[in-house]
Amino acid sequence: MIALETIREKLGVSEPWVESRGTHWLNPGAANIRDVTQAMNAAGARFVTITAYELPGDAGFRLEYHWDLQGWLLGVPFQITANSIESIVDLIEAADWIEREVHEGFAIDFTGREYVPLMLRPGDKPGVNLRVAPAPDEPASGLQGQKEVAK
Amino acid sequence: MSYKIPMGPYHPGLEEPYKLDMICEGETVVDAELNIGFNFRGIEHLAETRNYVQVIALMERVCGICSFIHTLTLCQAMEKLTGLEAPPRAQYIRVVMAELERLHSHVLWAGIAAKLMGFKTMFMTCFALREKVMDVLQAISGNRVNYSMNHVGGVNRDIEDPIAMVPMIDELEREMMRTVIPIFTTSSTARSRCAGIGVLTHEKAISCAVVGPTARASGIPQDLRRDAPYAAYAEMKFEVPVEQAGDVRARLFVRALEIIESCNILRQALAKMAPGEISSAGEKLVFVSGTATSRVEAPRGEVMYSVTWKENSRNPARVHVRTPTFANMPAVRWMVRGARLADTPLIQASIDPCYSCTDR
Repeated sequence: MIALETIREKLGVSEPWVESRGTHWLNPGAANIRDVTQAMNAAGARFVTITAYELPGDAGFRLEYHWDLQGWLLGVPFQITANSIESIVDLIEAADWIEREVHEGFAIDFTGREYVPLMLRPGDKPGVNLRVAPAPDEPASGLQGQKEVAK
Repeated sequence: MSYKIPMGPYHPGLEEPYKLDMICEGETVVDAELNIGFNFRGIEHLAETRNYVQVIALMERVCGICSFIHTLTLCQAMEKLTGLEAPPRAQYIRVVMAELERLHSHVLWAGIAAKLMGFKTMFMTCFALREKVMDVLQAISGNRVNYSMNHVGGVNRDIEDPIAMVPMIDELEREMMRTVIPIFTTSSTARSRCAGIGVLTHEKAISCAVVGPTARASGIPQDLRRDAPYAAYAEMKFEVPVEQAGDVRARLFVRALEIIESCNILRQALAKMAPGEISSAGEKLVFVSGTATSRVEAPRGEVMYSVTWKENSRNPARVHVRTPTFANMPAVRWMVRGARLADTPLIQASIDPCYSCTDR
């Protein structure tokens, strides 16, 4: 598909798109999320969602950004170790709610945007719902234990 | 002078809890803020604590209206991780259930919309019709709401005599063509309450990445059943209704036309239903490590599941659900701008919101 190759060339990525279980994946290499979003916007891709995964130990998080291009599901993964990544809300407003949800579930900061609580109620803290490791401003107790008990 | 009017989280104009803070000047809404999370149940976290059988029952409860769609999307993702594929007959049964659920959802929405228009007779007509759709769903699955139809590698119940169901579909379609669709599309009450209000422009619909009938009513011709077919949709012939106006009436028209298309798909699926097994699953499922995603066109739009599994584990490591209302809700802010305050309950209802799905 020509549009996929255009996106890859625009980002200066040498590795090809890889199809796996119905999703077309691109390793972004040195390109950052904002470069990728601009390339997707230029190609007319529709933003779908961001899925966050907590990696074992101190490995940080894997964020998978998904777009739809004429029925093809595109995925671009980013691994972050510093609990933060640049926001893309100013480039695609559809990312607003999911950035806020990921922030609240995993205590990941999307930098360069104003943060307004989405699901949280007054007194709640980000990272309680889905994060195993303690959030940066949380004491190192409770959450891992909670998950083990639940299992 | 502007003032703020809160609608919700518990309000007669809303079917489920959410909060719309409207900033008004006189009777005109100049801006709005949305607050969700009042139905939050932590389902994604709970899913990590359930095995591969339990997680299907859990995700069926994300939404009470499109419960089949949620298990279908989840099972399709889990099938990619187990290497299983549902047999052809199961794929057809999945299409039948998905389209019946679309009919159920659209007729339910029509009833709610009629109530919000102040058209109570139509509300009763729609709900009587909805009962007939639910009778068909019950005849197939044995259940009226959570159907328990899907498992990894197939479906739990067969449709033993598909052709015998065709008259029920014909009857449903006749009733829709005789009452619901003409009244909604031609009555002056519906026109005066819906035309030109709650407009979501084509450009805004693209930038908000809205999905489903909300997108199609703003001139975006997207439908996963056609663009990325799953189950047996590749073998069905149907049209994707698209309207350009982007107002409440356009959203109503799109759903009305989709009801006709659903009846058309149902007749094809029942007539073409392949013989054979309804499941390819063995005694025990073996998952490979990795992530699989699946997308399905739910009545409200695209649902996407990302499921991650660790090899030899009984539980998923992560289940992420992106529901259509999660994509469509932020656009309500743009729809209500410039609207009359009295129109806002109908405008927010016009996207057919599901806060149960959104909050998970």
